[in-house]
Amino acid sequence: MSMTDPLLSVEDIVVDFQTRAGKARVLDHVSLEVESGEILGIVGESGCGKSMTALSIMGLVPDPPGRVTSGSIRLDGVELVGMDHERLRRIRGKDIGMIFQEPMSSLNPVFTVGEQIAESVRLHENASPRAAMDRAIAMLRAVEIPEAELRARAYPHQLSGGMRQRVMIAIALACRPRVLIADEPTTALDTTVQAQIFDLLQDLQSDMGTAIILITHDMGAIAELADTVAVMYAGRVVEKGTVETVLSSPQHPYTQGLITCVPHLEPDPPAERSELMEIPGVVPALTDLGRGCAFAPRCRATIDRCGVEKPALLPSEDAHLTACWVAQGGAQR
Amino acid sequence: MIDPKAIAQPLVDGMPEEIKVTHPFREMIAMFLRNRLAVFGLILLLAIMAFTFIGPYFYPTDPFEMVWAPFTRPGQDDYIFGTDYLGRDILSAMMAGGRVSMAIGLAAAVISVVIGVTVGAFAGYYGGWVEEALMRFTEFFQVLPTLLFSMVIVALFGASLLTVTLAIGVVSWTAVARVTRSEFLRIREMEYVAAARSGSARDAYLIFRVILPNALPPIIVQANLMVGSAILFEAALSFLGLSDPNVMSWGQVIGSNRPYILDAGFAVAIPGFAIFLTVLAISLIGDGLNDALNPKLRQR
Amino acid sequence: MTVEKRGNTLVVEDLKVHFGGGKSLLSGSRPTVHAVDGVSFSVPAGKTFGIVGESGSGKTTTALAIMRLVNITDGRITLGDTPISALEGEDLRAARRQFQIVFQDPYSSLDPRKRAGEIVREPLDLMQIGTHDERDAAVRDLFQQVGLRPEQRALFPHQFSGGQRQRLGLARALSTRPDLIVCDEPVSALDVAIQAQILNLMARLQRELGLTYLFISHDLGVVQHICDEIAVMYLGQIVEQADRRTLFTNPRHPYTKALLAAVPMVHGNQRDRRNRVRLKGDPPSPVNLPKGCRFASRCPLAQAHCHEQSPPLTTREASHKVACFLQ
Repeated sequence: MSMTDPLLSVEDIVVDFQTRAGKARVLDHVSLEVESGEILGIVGESGCGKSMTALSIMGLVPDPPGRVTSGSIRLDGVELVGMDHERLRRIRGKDIGMIFQEPMSSLNPVFTVGEQIAESVRLHENASPRAAMDRAIAMLRAVEIPEAELRARAYPHQLSGGMRQRVMIAIALACRPRVLIADEPTTALDTTVQAQIFDLLQDLQSDMGTAIILITHDMGAIAELADTVAVMYAGRVVEKGTVETVLSSPQHPYTQGLITCVPHLEPDPPAERSELMEIPGVVPALTDLGRGCAFAPRCRATIDRCGVEKPALLPSEDAHLTACWVAQGGAQR
Repeated sequence: MIDPKAIAQPLVDGMPEEIKVTHPFREMIAMFLRNRLAVFGLILLLAIMAFTFIGPYFYPTDPFEMVWAPFTRPGQDDYIFGTDYLGRDILSAMMAGGRVSMAIGLAAAVISVVIGVTVGAFAGYYGGWVEEALMRFTEFFQVLPTLLFSMVIVALFGASLLTVTLAIGVVSWTAVARVTRSEFLRIREMEYVAAARSGSARDAYLIFRVILPNALPPIIVQANLMVGSAILFEAALSFLGLSDPNVMSWGQVIGSNRPYILDAGFAVAIPGFAIFLTVLAISLIGDGLNDALNPKLRQR
Repeated sequence: MTVEKRGNTLVVEDLKVHFGGGKSLLSGSRPTVHAVDGVSFSVPAGKTFGIVGESGSGKTTTALAIMRLVNITDGRITLGDTPISALEGEDLRAARRQFQIVFQDPYSSLDPRKRAGEIVREPLDLMQIGTHDERDAAVRDLFQQVGLRPEQRALFPHQFSGGQRQRLGLARALSTRPDLIVCDEPVSALDVAIQAQILNLMARLQRELGLTYLFISHDLGVVQHICDEIAVMYLGQIVEQADRRTLFTNPRHPYTKALLAAVPMVHGNQRDRRNRVRLKGDPPSPVNLPKGCRFASRCPLAQAHCHEQSPPLTTREASHKVACFLQ
C-alpha cells in the first residue's frame, strides 16, 4: 500500500446491530483501502459483512438498529463517519456511486431511463434539464447501449436485464464519481451478459480512472476483474492482498476453501468425476461469536490458540495479510 | 500452509443440539396467549357473551315490555341503561339483542367466507375460462346495490332471522372471493405447489391443504371485517323495518331509536358502543389467531 | 449400502412446449412462445445428463415438461416402460413415484406451513406407500441419508439454513425411491461453500442408490463437475451435445465456445481473457424467432445462409452432436 493517503480508506470500522438475540458485531475492525483506477474485490459468503461494508462507506447503515461504533472512513482525506446528512447526501452519488444486484428494483418503473439518469445529474450538478438529458444520452452511449437516443425514452420494463444493469451503471457513473461500489452486479445476469458487464466496467474504469469496489461471492469474478482482494468472514477481513498472491497462495483456510469448494470450469477436465472440497457447516450467527477465531468451528487445522484468541491481520510469508494463527506460524510469540 | 484436503470433512449443521418438540396445538395456544391484545380481545368477547347469555337469568325483564316512562336517562329510577322511546328497558334489550346480533354477525360472516373462499379458490386455482366465468359472476354481485338486493331477498322470502342472515351473507362474499383469488394466483406459482403436484397430489389436496393454509391471513382479516359489517347491516335492515320485528337485536335498538337521537342519544349510543366493542374484540382475536397459525411467528 | 442397478433409461423425443397462442374470449389472440422446440435426448440409467443454457433457453421448461408440470405440445417422453408423456389422471399420479424433482429456490419450494417431517412424508402419504409406521421409519432414514438429524423433522422450513433446506428438498424427492430425479438449478441459490456440500451429497446418493439425474444449470463449472453428458440449449433447441470431456476440450458450436469463454476463471491470465470472443447483445425473445439458425443474430461467424436455413443437430463424432453449418 502506498505511503500517501489512498483515495478511499476504511480504517478499523466497527458496526454493531442491536437484535433480539443480543448485540451483533456486523463489522469488526475492518480496514480497506482503494486507489484511483484500482479495483478492490471483497469476497465471502452471505452474512460475512460484504454488503455492510459497502453501506458503511455510503453512510447508509440502517440506524437503528445499526450503528457505526468506531473507526474512520476517509475519501481523499475527508472524514465521512459522523459527517452531517446533507453533506453526506451530496457526496453519495457525486463522489461515490453504487450499483446493486437487482437492477429492476433499483430503477423507478414510472420514469424513462433517460429521465432517471438526468435526474441523478441534476441532483448533484447545476445542469439545465437539456444539458442533463444530453449527458444522460452520452452516458447511455458510454455504457454501450445501442440507439441511445431511442433507449433514453424507454421505461425500465422495456429493457432486458443486461440493459437495465447498464442503465444502473450509467446512473452511478453520470456524475463521474471517484469511487464506484458494485454489490454483486452480475449475480442476476446470464453468463454471457455478465462477461459483457465485466468488460464494460473495466473499460469505464480505465477511461475514467474510477476506483471500483467489487463485492461478490465469485472467486472467478475476482480473478477476472480485481487488482486487490479482501476476503471477509463473520464481519472481519481474514485475508487481504493482491489478487495474484492471494489466489496463487491463499494462506487462510477459509480462502483456500472458497477457492477449492467451487467447481471451477477447467479447460481440460479429468475423465473421472471427483469429490469437491467442502467447507463444512455454515456461517455462524454474529450474536454468539466466541472469543476465538470465528472460522475455527469450520476449520480443520485448528490449534488451541484458535479457540481462545482472535487472530490479528498480519503479514504472512509473501506480502499479503492473513488473520490465521496457523498460517502465521502457530503458537509462538 | 494447510492441506486443503483437510477441509473436506463430514457435516456440522450449525443447529442447536437441543430441539424442543411441542405439540402443534399446544404451541399455537401458547403463541396466542403470548399476544396480549388477542387475550384482551378474547376476555372482552367472553365478557360480552356472558352479559348476553347469563345476564337474563339475573335480570329477567322482557325487552318488549313497556316498563317505565319513555326516555328515562341511564341510571335514573334504577334503569341502568334507561328506557327507549316506548319506555322499554334498554338493559334487557341489550342482553337479548346481543345474542341475536352476534349470531347474525358470525353466521353471515361464515356464509360469506364459505361462498367467497370457494369461488375465489376455484377461480384462482383453475384460471382460464373457470376464472373468467367465476369472476364475472362475482362482479355481478359486486355491482348490485347491496342494501337494495338484500331488501329484495327479505321481501321475497319474508323477514325472519334466517333470511336476514342469508341475505347479508349473500351480498357480502365478493370481497372475500377477490382476496382469495388474488392469493391463490400468487401462491399457485410457488414451487412448493409444484413439488406437491410432483408428489402426486390431487387438485383438492392442492387447493385445500397446500394453497388455502398459506392464503389464510388476508382471508381472516376479511372475515373479521365481515362480522362487524354484518352486525351493522342487520341494524340497517332493522332500521328500514326489514328485519324480524319479533326479535330484539342491537340493530333493532339503534334503528327504532334513531329518530330521537337528538333527544335521547344514549338509546343509540349504548348499542352502538356494544357493536364497536364486539367488532374490536373479534378483530383482536382474529389478529392473534392469524399470528398463532403462522409458524414463522410461532417459533421465535 | 448396496448399489441398486435399475435399467430405466429416460428417452425424450422431439419434445415441444409452446405457451400462449390460440385465442381467448376476452383478451384476443396471444403470441406463441416456443419455449421448447424439438428437443431429443436420452439419459441412461444411473447417469447424469446436464442441460446448460441462459435464460430463455428452455432448459427449465424441458425439466418441467418431463415432470409433467407444464403441458406438452408435442413429442414423447418415456422412462423405461413408462410412457410419461401419454399418461393422464390417476395413471400419471401413480407413475410419479418413479420421477421426482428438486427445485432451485430452497425458500419457495418448501411449504412454510408444514413441518420438515410432513414435507418429506407428503409424497408417501399421497401415494399411500407403506403403512403409517413404515412411512415414519422411512422419513427418519431419509433425514439421515441427506445429512439431517431425525429430530429436525419437527421444525419448520424457516428454521433451516439454505443448504439444509435443499437437503430437505432432496429427501422429499428421494422419498418415493424414484429412478429419475430432475434437478432444476439445485445449487444456484446457495452460498458457494454450501454448493459443494450439496453437490457431494448428490453424487454420493447417486452412487448409493443408482439414481439417474437430469441436471439443469446455467453454471458451466457445476455442470462440468457433476454431469456425464451435457446438452447446450439456445432458444428452445439443443445446439450441441457431447460427453463432458469432449464438450469442454473440443467445443464446436460458436455459442458453446462463447459461453465457455464468458465464464470467469480463477486460474489463468487476466490479459488473455480480454482478447476472447464476446457475444454482443442479449438472446432474442422466444416469441419472434428468426427464420434461420436461432443463434445467427449473435454469431460472430454467421454467413448469409445461416439466416435462411436452420441447421439440424447432426452427429459429428461418436456421441458428439452439433447444430451448425460451419462446424
